[in-house]
Amino acid sequence: MSRQQTQRLAVILITAVAVLVFIPVLLVIFYLIASGIGAINWEFLTAMPRNGMKEGGIMPAILGTLILTFGTAIVSMPVSILAAIYLAEYAKDNRLTRTIRMAIVNLAGIPSIVYGLFGLGAFVLAAGFGTSILAGALTLGIMTMPVVISTAEEAINAVPQQFRTVSQSLGATKWQTIRHQVLPHALPGILTGMILGLSRAAGETAPILFTVAAFYVPTLPSSVFDQTMALPYHLYVISTQVPGMPLSIQYGTALVLLMITLTLTLLATGVRTSVRRRRDW
Amino acid sequence: MTTVQSPPPGAPSRRPGEIVIEALIVLAGASTVIIVALIFIFLLREGINTFLDIPLRQLFGQRWYPIEGYYGLLPLLVGTALVTVGAVIIAVPLGIVAAIYLGEIAPTWLREILKPLIEILAGIPSIVLGFLGWVALAPIIQNLGAPTGLTAFTGSLLLAYMSLPTIISISEDALYAVPKEYRDGSLAIGATQWQTIWRVVLPAARSGLVIAVMLGIGRVIGETMAVLLVTGNAANIPAFGPGMFFSPVRTMTATIAAEMGEVAQGSLHYNVLFGIGLILFLITFTVNWLAARLVGVNGARRSRGGLL
Repeated sequence: MSRQQTQRLAVILITAVAVLVFIPVLLVIFYLIASGIGAINWEFLTAMPRNGMKEGGIMPAILGTLILTFGTAIVSMPVSILAAIYLAEYAKDNRLTRTIRMAIVNLAGIPSIVYGLFGLGAFVLAAGFGTSILAGALTLGIMTMPVVISTAEEAINAVPQQFRTVSQSLGATKWQTIRHQVLPHALPGILTGMILGLSRAAGETAPILFTVAAFYVPTLPSSVFDQTMALPYHLYVISTQVPGMPLSIQYGTALVLLMITLTLTLLATGVRTSVRRRRDW
Repeated sequence: MTTVQSPPPGAPSRRPGEIVIEALIVLAGASTVIIVALIFIFLLREGINTFLDIPLRQLFGQRWYPIEGYYGLLPLLVGTALVTVGAVIIAVPLGIVAAIYLGEIAPTWLREILKPLIEILAGIPSIVLGFLGWVALAPIIQNLGAPTGLTAFTGSLLLAYMSLPTIISISEDALYAVPKEYRDGSLAIGATQWQTIWRVVLPAARSGLVIAVMLGIGRVIGETMAVLLVTGNAANIPAFGPGMFFSPVRTMTATIAAEMGEVAQGSLHYNVLFGIGLILFLITFTVNWLAARLVGVNGARRSRGGLL
């Protein structure tokens, strides 16, 4: 086989593999939309479940996921952004900094079910929060920290050095410079990381399994010490633990969950793209 | 690293409020280390009895049957190993070749369409993929002739696609980091594009590709919900041979997820589930530590944010 033939064959094979990677993704999305769209209507989205969850809606699960996602943001964002400021602006190249970076890499790699165990041991039991929104949000919040810290640090590092130099030459202190020059310019990048982290948190099941998720609660949660239903766990429950559950409700629930996480993912990439286009430095 | 310079002589001194906020910033940075330590301590506290109360001989026994007091971890370790090996065999070639396609072959307009598709794949919750595996993929695999559709292979297939975003994005970074001059030089002396990729670009990107594979493995080992739904949850050790990939298995992660809900707090069973969590923590810690060692901690860190 000549070199040119090998070249042509290689390109064909590489393209074929790429098709094998990307087509199933589209297939999954379209299949889920086609199978789930029929179940989705106003009642499905806004009503309580009825008749052993085999009829009615999934509103408490949707609401629970939104509450947990919001709680995750409150827990994770302030500390993650401050940590990113530390790494980008204050950290010297020393042992502490290397240890912190190593810790973040490891946090990113810890399996989600292990976060669930930690949440159970630390928040549900040791801290005495019980199975509650508080325990779940703390667990999910810690889990999202690595993503938010990494993207926020990158966004802060992308702000040109001259901005800082000019600000300080005008007499601003270091913190004033960060607060008024660096952070505003890094904000869209930080936002991207936040939304991306939340989209992961919204779709996670394993960390909420033992910390907050309830099989079924007849009433909506009224405080952070209540349990709540949540979409990922609800999907797990109705597809494996409830015999005779109509398939359309299962597909509908999966589709609603997918739409929430994909909306957040696309929002994050959208923010990033529009910022890159508009960036004026 | 860009940094605000330390103030020159005569610069305004920090105000009291700034001292507080800067202390908080240092504390937030240090909190990541504290959290990793706390996770380890809690896993150890609740899980240590596994290794103290159960003789090692039994712990590495072949029988996982907690109701009768059998805590043999071997079936779970084998289950995780089978699913992971299968996923790696599928995902590594797919991921690296897809990265080559994106980085070296695809026209720019197509790349702009395909890259968001990877982020969409990364954004599909594992329970949704697990659900689809359970209702749609498993029946297909059963029709292919397996006695059941819920097998190690079904789990491997799902996990392979779940690890693809990690593998593709890190591999692509590694290919991108190869200087353009290498390619130009190779093409200039008459090599074809494929010869350039195979003999010049891939060897130059080797260490980055190794990281991609390692972090992909890290993702696969820790994945829970998808394998819980599709691997059949049988804590048996399948007979050795190619057929073992098509037997039902149960992984370490799935065991924790399935059984923690039913155990009494403080019982030995409860301790053992935490012990399994401790083992998982140590495995992923080692994988990430090695990956960071290989490229330096910055490279490994970028890989997670690298999805962006």
